[in-house]
This record gives sequence, structure tokens and C-alpha cells, in this order.
Amino acid sequence: MSPVTIPEVEHAYPGSTGCPGCGANLVMRYLLKGLGERTILTIPACCWAVMPGYWPSHCLKVPMVYCAFEATGASLSGMRAALDMKGVEDVTVVGFAGDGGTVDIGLQALSGAAERETDALYVMYDNEAYMNTGIQRSGATPWGAWTATTPVGPSRDYKREPKKDIMSIMEAHGIPYAATVSVAHPEDFVKKAKKAKDVRGFKFIHALSPCPPGWKMNPMKTVEVARLAVDTNVFPLYEIENGRVRITKKGKGLPIKDYLSIQRRFGHLTEEEVKRMQESVDSSFKALEQREAREG
Amino acid sequence: MSRSYEDIPLTPISDTPSTMNMTGLWRVFRPVVDLDKCKKCTLCWKFCPDAAIVLVDGKPKIDLRYCKGCGICANECLAECIIMVKEEAE
Repeated sequence: MSPVTIPEVEHAYPGSTGCPGCGANLVMRYLLKGLGERTILTIPACCWAVMPGYWPSHCLKVPMVYCAFEATGASLSGMRAALDMKGVEDVTVVGFAGDGGTVDIGLQALSGAAERETDALYVMYDNEAYMNTGIQRSGATPWGAWTATTPVGPSRDYKREPKKDIMSIMEAHGIPYAATVSVAHPEDFVKKAKKAKDVRGFKFIHALSPCPPGWKMNPMKTVEVARLAVDTNVFPLYEIENGRVRITKKGKGLPIKDYLSIQRRFGHLTEEEVKRMQESVDSSFKALEQREAREG
Repeated sequence: MSRSYEDIPLTPISDTPSTMNMTGLWRVFRPVVDLDKCKKCTLCWKFCPDAAIVLVDGKPKIDLRYCKGCGICANECLAECIIMVKEEAE
């Protein structure tokens, strides 16, 4: 018996121009395995705007439209409306944007699409900075991280602001389905993508997408670091269905140091600072667990 | 007013599969598989970001025309049957 646990069909060709070990490539691969070929993507400026390949080549087997950086939400509403006019109902419209194009630049269009209750799926692949343009900090960069615009150096100017909580922002819009996914748990990922496809209304998926050049780590560690993010509760896997939270994959509860130590972007942190991060992760994970117990 | 697609301004459209991009040329380290040690766990196939691994009877066949040599397969392999070897100039 074959131990293959995710669909074998591929919706992308090899030859994409993503970096070796790119997490965003895995996000797209698992997402399309879950959604199937009846999918249309709209992609703003982000890593995936350059990753499909040099013109006239393209690595995806599904149609894809490039839109302006801030316009993913508007673009997917327009595509849904056009399909509705044509009477096409079996196609999933997907907005696929990076963290900068979601939590910073694309936030108003995203909020508008959620408010209009557009029947579409929005996927944010979160590599925690503007990686495509050279690792500048974004609203999704975590506290303590080095980036090109938060250089450490002798004055230790690492990022001093916490990561924007996009899941809470999206939940506040009252959307029917929101979930977090990780490239280290493809089965969970594919299951959530399939689920999101069948829900009517606006759906949101937050995918953690490790970036070897931006996180300053060995490309072979991409999946390992994504697994550690779940096991240290830095990035818990859960879904919010009609306002009820369910943790879908319990982490091992390892110390956050295990996650930080493979990434050189956190290499400058002192033990005191790591302890502070651990406390912050512990308290937010506890709040999530308590909420699950209350609602479950 | 009804307008046809012919009224839309010309737009560049990609029409060629990316298999024309030989990304294997980027590789610094080459994965070498010891098929005798392979336990058919298929994790290498599952975690390959470039879909450059196909399964033949449950065992990996790596397409070196596209493998960028990231090494995720070697890192994830349960049986430790994949090692990364440095490419040498020909």
C-alpha cells in the first residue's frame, strides 16, 4: 500500500524561479492539491509575482492574473462577479498574496472583499517580511527579527514592534472560515483547503512560509523550521469556523529557543530577550487553548 | 453597451510551461539517493518545493534538470538514504 497521504496530482510544472528551498512554492503546491484544477488565482506584487517563471513561461497549470499590489481583494471580487455573470459556479477564486500585500498594502481591499462577503478564498503566505525586494520589515515581521530595514549592528535596531495579528483582524469581519496552515503538515493543509473550498462566503487562510534567504538559514531546514514553529507554539495550527476555534494539530510544546536558534535573523537576541519572547508565546497560546475549551 | 474581448487592450499572456527553465543549473549540491536503503516513506516527494521528484514504485526519481539542490529531501528522509554531494565544474 502506498503511504502517499496527499493527492498525487500536481497542478504546477517544475522550473519555477523561486529560490532553492522556498516555502512559498510548497504553499502553492499543497493549496492547489486541495483546491483542484477548477481554480483561478489573482496574485499581486509579491514573491509569487516573479516565481512562475520568465515570460512567456509559466509554472502553474491553472489560470492566474497579476493585479496591483493593493488590489487583491478588489480583484478577486471582480473575478467572482464576472464568473457569476457567466453562470460559472464550480470555479474557486483565490487571492494569493504575501504578508506585505496582505497586512500592510492590501489590507483595505482585503477588508472590503470580506465585508462584501465575496465568495472567494484569500491565502496569505507569510514569510514575515518583504522578501522579494530584499528583506524589508513588514507588519508581519515578528518582534526581535533582523531585516534590511531593522538592521541589528552595534545599536541593535532589531524590530521592536510585535507581529500584526491578521487572524484576529479577519475574524472581526465575521467571516465563516479562517485557518492557519503550515508547510510541515501538508495533510492538515490539504484538508483545510478542501474545507475552505466548500464553504460559501469569504474564507481566509494564513500559511507560514519559511524563507531561507530572509530568515538566514540553510535551505534544507525549510520544513524543519516550519515544524518547529508549530511544536514551539509560535505558529499554532487552528481553524475558526463560524466564530468557534478548534486547534487542529497540537504542538509538542518545545522551548522557543529551538525555533529561533536555526534562524540567524534571531541570532543577536540575548537570553533575556528570548525569555521575553517565550512569555509572549506562552500567554497567547494559553489564551487560544482557553478559548477552545470555552467554545468546544 | 456590450463589448467583446477584441476591445480589450493587448495584454502579455504566458503560454509556455516553465519546463523550459532548466533550474537544475542553479544547483550547488546534488542529492544522491541510495535506493537500497529507501524505506518508501515518500517524504522526499511530499516536501519537494519544485515537484522535481517523481515516485517510481514508491521510490524517488529526482529530475536533475529541475532540482535546485535545496536539500529538503535529504533533511526529511527517515531512512537517511539521500546525501548531498557538491557539484563540480565539468
